[in-house]
Amino acid sequence: MPKIVEKRQLTDITSLYRVDAPLIARAARAGQFVILRVREGGERIPITITDYDRDSGLLTIVVQEVGATTRRLGELGVGDEILDMVGPLGEAPEIPSGGHIVGVGGGFGSAALLCLMKELRARGEKTTVIIGAREKGLLILADELEKITDNLEICTDDGSAGFKGFVTERLQQMIDGGEPGYPDFVISIGPMPMMRAVEKTTRAANVPCTASLDPLMIDGTGMCGGCRVTVGGEVRFACVDGPFFDAHQVDFDEAVSRGKMYVKEEKVAAECQRAAHQEEAA
Amino acid sequence: MPVKRAEKTPMPVRDAQQRAHDFKEVNEGYCFAHAMFEAERCLRCQDPVCVDGCPVRVPIADFMHAVAANDMPKAAKILREANPLAAICGRVCPQEAQCEKNCHMTKRFGPVAIGHLERYVSDWEMAQPETEEPKKPWREEKIAIVGSGPSGLVCAGELARMGYQVTVYEGLHAPGGVLRYGIPEFRLPNNILDWEIRQLERMGVEFVNNVIIGKTITMDALFKEYGYSAIFIGTGAGLPKFMGIPGESLNGVYSANEFLTRINLMQAFDFPNAETPLKVGRRVAVIGSGNTAMDAVRSAMRLGAEQAMVVYRRSEKEMTARIEEYEHAIEEGVEFHWLTNPIEVLGEDGWVTGLKCVKMELGEPDESGRARPIPIEGSEFIFPVDNVVLSIGTRPNPLLVKTTPGLKTHSWGGLLVDEREVETTVHRVYAGGDAVTGAATVILAAGAGKKAAEAIHHDIQQDAA
Repeated sequence: MPKIVEKRQLTDITSLYRVDAPLIARAARAGQFVILRVREGGERIPITITDYDRDSGLLTIVVQEVGATTRRLGELGVGDEILDMVGPLGEAPEIPSGGHIVGVGGGFGSAALLCLMKELRARGEKTTVIIGAREKGLLILADELEKITDNLEICTDDGSAGFKGFVTERLQQMIDGGEPGYPDFVISIGPMPMMRAVEKTTRAANVPCTASLDPLMIDGTGMCGGCRVTVGGEVRFACVDGPFFDAHQVDFDEAVSRGKMYVKEEKVAAECQRAAHQEEAA
Repeated sequence: MPVKRAEKTPMPVRDAQQRAHDFKEVNEGYCFAHAMFEAERCLRCQDPVCVDGCPVRVPIADFMHAVAANDMPKAAKILREANPLAAICGRVCPQEAQCEKNCHMTKRFGPVAIGHLERYVSDWEMAQPETEEPKKPWREEKIAIVGSGPSGLVCAGELARMGYQVTVYEGLHAPGGVLRYGIPEFRLPNNILDWEIRQLERMGVEFVNNVIIGKTITMDALFKEYGYSAIFIGTGAGLPKFMGIPGESLNGVYSANEFLTRINLMQAFDFPNAETPLKVGRRVAVIGSGNTAMDAVRSAMRLGAEQAMVVYRRSEKEMTARIEEYEHAIEEGVEFHWLTNPIEVLGEDGWVTGLKCVKMELGEPDESGRARPIPIEGSEFIFPVDNVVLSIGTRPNPLLVKTTPGLKTHSWGGLLVDEREVETTVHRVYAGGDAVTGAATVILAAGAGKKAAEAIHHDIQQDAA
């Protein structure tokens, strides 16, 4: 079982974990994900790989505590083991060479950009990362991202750090000729509303854009079909065909609707987890 | 009464009304008297045609003799040597199309209940204390098995028996493949599967979960870094097919694989103690007529559906499910709508509200040899439903093929194998079960696993010589 060797709280509800998972770390490529389970009877949830180190065999993931499983993971600390972790799953995205590549990350999506943008820059691309959050305190991994990209653009809704406004507004400035230059290709990773907005912005300007989708899934190997998304009128499985798809072809309405399938049940599970947690604490 | 002229001893089953609301096993198993009586019905034919119907060639007459003589240890030994998954096959094999089909008793009195007796002997074996010491491999060669479904388990067991060091890699968090995620507990309890796997462990087989060969470790690395002498691929046919009709992505539409995986592997019936949810509404339509469709529709009923129905475009005659599952489903109150083809899933606000179908009639035989169903014009109608579960087949998973250079497949995804039907297009990589044949039965996969084990042994010994 993968052991947690480092844990760092990034925000009130977001933590970074470095886990000892040598097989996955050695095989991982930027943009892929793992599926993990924290307890017997627990859900299998997909988590994007933030970074990996083939030599040390350590895998970095960033997890936001939003449901029962992520909260249970949040209760684990250094030295604890994660019950099950399998990967790397999905395909690394194909990003064309020779242009200005802009990664747009919202919320904990910023974490997913880390090794992807690092690799692209190492490949010789000009890179810019735009990350956004409601306010300064919710920004994550800005220092790490700063080191691996040519330009880091920070956006906050309230202007408490960097550009005041949405990531799409900053992106639009670049499309309109602002620094650090016109985006030739955009990678979008974050909450659905953000990815939709980025898609809209890039579509209007005819800029190619890939989005990392994270639908519900169970096995992650193409077996259940629960993660199906409609892309360009065709049914694709995010776990094996994705998670990256041409954003301009994705049926976002359907993806959003499917993402809400178990909202009620997720609340019930989270309540049960909270009750169990309080009982333990008492 | 001369026993040999009696009818087949029926399997005791739990009351349909009661069992339709829980996941406990439906069949209760023979008692000692049933077993002795039934074994006596065997005619001890000079030419045991039953064996020809068995993909793993269990010496059925010998084991019948042993049961009739009340020598259970001998019966168990005969069974286990021929079929390492006897406790499972006794439960899920379509005996009526295999061993029991050829039985000379079939015509006049009904066949000898070979399957029920296989189960009886296996259950007897399971109840015995484990006396033998666990075995260790004595050969140097290491064999990797990819996938822990029936073909992989049998291949592993056979190779372990020959003394090889065998490791079974499973992508999910628990071994068993389709036996774990697919077949519900009311047909195959998990503790039976756990016991079978434990027997393999005691034979020296090592199980590694959470490793996807082709993703976590490449096939090439298995040979070069891990030093395996041969690899067996038993990755099954786990990719669900969709119909391609409008509305399939509505909330409430499941592939049978997803529906059953949530229930069996993830224990959704125990929500919220188990945290994986499943939405089962009042009315559930399952499309298809195979064993998986029966498993899905009966599971839906157990999860509270008031109306659970099977919708199939052909007729009852073309149904592919085991007869027992079909009968049990009827007893439990499942509705069957034959000659009915779904053409659209209807929805509101993203959720399923109905299934639009058209009535069919049978025409001339098609390429499968079965009568081709033809839509009857103007016969469209709507079933109001809350869930649609698609059980129209699966195909082999391309995941391993994508990452393994040289591993070739048919256009439909099945792995290409040599004239011995075991070795793939990559040297010392063998395959069997649904990954080669497309979706079939547990016992055919088991037979393929056994055959591959023999070929692996043969080839490795030849290499060494």
